[in-house]
Amino acid sequence: MEDILSIGGKRIKNRLFIGTGKFSSYSVMKRVLEESAADVVTVALRRVDNASERENILEYIPKKCLIMPNTSGARTAEEAVRIARLARASGAGDWIKIEVIQDNKYLLPDNLETLKATEMLVKEGFIVLPYMSPDLSIARRLADAGASAVMPLGSPIGSNRGIKTRELVKIMVDELKVPVIVDAGLGSPSSACECMELGCAAVLVNTAIAVAEDPANMAKAFGEAVKAGRLACLSGIPPKNKYASASSPLTGFLRQDD
Amino acid sequence: MGYYETITRYRDFDFNKALNAVLADHVRMAVNGEGLDADQFLSLLSPAAECYLEEMAEKAHEITLRNFGRTIQLYTPMYLSNHCENECVYCGFSAKNDIERRMLTLGEVGSEAESIASTGLKHILVLTGESRKMSPPGYIKDCIKVLKRYFSSIAIEIYPLTEDEYREAVAEGVDGLTIYQEVYDEDIYYAMHPGGPKRDYNFRLDAPERGSRAGMRSVNLGVLLGLDDWRREVFLMGLHAKYLQDRHPEAEIGISLPRLRPHSGSFNAPYSVKDRDIVRMILALRLFLPRLGITISTREDPAFRENLIGLGVTRMSAGSTTVVGGRTAARRGDAHPSQFEILDWRSVEEIKKVLESKGYQGVLKDWMRLEK
Repeated sequence: MEDILSIGGKRIKNRLFIGTGKFSSYSVMKRVLEESAADVVTVALRRVDNASERENILEYIPKKCLIMPNTSGARTAEEAVRIARLARASGAGDWIKIEVIQDNKYLLPDNLETLKATEMLVKEGFIVLPYMSPDLSIARRLADAGASAVMPLGSPIGSNRGIKTRELVKIMVDELKVPVIVDAGLGSPSSACECMELGCAAVLVNTAIAVAEDPANMAKAFGEAVKAGRLACLSGIPPKNKYASASSPLTGFLRQDD
Repeated sequence: MGYYETITRYRDFDFNKALNAVLADHVRMAVNGEGLDADQFLSLLSPAAECYLEEMAEKAHEITLRNFGRTIQLYTPMYLSNHCENECVYCGFSAKNDIERRMLTLGEVGSEAESIASTGLKHILVLTGESRKMSPPGYIKDCIKVLKRYFSSIAIEIYPLTEDEYREAVAEGVDGLTIYQEVYDEDIYYAMHPGGPKRDYNFRLDAPERGSRAGMRSVNLGVLLGLDDWRREVFLMGLHAKYLQDRHPEAEIGISLPRLRPHSGSFNAPYSVKDRDIVRMILALRLFLPRLGITISTREDPAFRENLIGLGVTRMSAGSTTVVGGRTAARRGDAHPSQFEILDWRSVEEIKKVLESKGYQGVLKDWMRLEK
């Protein structure tokens, strides 16, 4: 059976979502999206220039990709809502990744404002995916408010530190009914694989791909890691033991009744 | 009391003694550390750190890449007026200079804007001299109304305003504030600014904080390199940036490193600042404040600007002129006084190509106003 992620009525095959900032050019970004066969890409509305033909980032995103605009730059729920409306008005669709950040030092999200923005935007018919600090009770409230998925951070944006929030994300995966997508901080394919093994529905990566020496191949590597982690998760990862247990035990010749 | 408290604390600090006391071990620890404190920042400015330039560059490059990616924000300055009541000894627009004074009409603002917008730039920095009489806040607001039609982000580099005035500017659509202290050393400050409202050191020093409180999204500081020992000045500016980051995390704090150049008057910078020094200050600031915006303007020559890409710079001006009405007047072939000489005359398109060849994207748009 095909393993398909369903969010907001869309069927998503590729569980590696890609962020579009930080690339050395739009053509490099385009090649990454094409070669990694990305299904979902997020674009900061602040970077979109619909008036420009050559400089409009949206023109470089393959037609098959689902564009999820994000509210990068929003400092309050109100600003996030306004950015979401601008995104919709510019023809970018109904998906919105909410990003409300009041802290320019660590770029950590403000969960409270994020919740407020989610409540408002769901009511306006958006498919809302909030970026958040991993917190089970806020995540439950986001889901109750109608968020289509929640996006906890693995570690601060651009930090490449991997999934430092593992324990909290695992609890969210176990307890929530909405998909959990780790967004931010994944610096290497192995950390993306780890998220998928934990049971995350998808991961979102930008910096590690965009600043790699070979972004297209790095995106492919992330894609393979995501697939491997997902397959491992579906296959049932055996529990870890404290002691070694040999695959061919020396006393294996003894039968129960000997 | 604001940031002045810190200035006071360092007033009698013996910078030379502290800098010369730094050992190689201190520098190594700072280069390899994270979350540097003020002492570690200072150690990176010390003579001992000179031997660690390459290590600092590698670390700064890596931090910048992670935080800002392979992008450089592009903007251009637009001079609205050169009327000025100040007597800054280093400035071409000083009230003492007998130059043609000019202020753009709103129609001219529109033509300049159109000329700039045709290059694709969406971020603009508007400048005036300091004259509340000739270019009052009301005039600047009228100009902003015109500029809003062409640009998605507008920053101001004008005389210091009150917090309420900054608030009004934000409401009008301004999202960035640039205001250079020029020199943090108070004695030198008074010597360099013998007359005019700019003599109020504290009103200027507190302007970035008033702007942050008023809701400016980006706040940019600067020291005019050459007026004082660069180590002391860069140190005090770095602490100022950190002070603002700590208290106003919602604002993006940035700095510029303008180096004094010849101008319409005749002033020779008392302190020399070498290319090597500028590189070091960029690296030290990047290691101290990983998220700091760092601007390098067209005061520097093309080759040097190109070499700085990748070391920590996040913003560059392009297609610049420091003449009031420079883009439209230049076409008429008139000679007009400039605030200072620029060395990099390349167009936006040329700068973008250079960045591309270096593996960086020149970003033309990175914000939009959120009008209700």
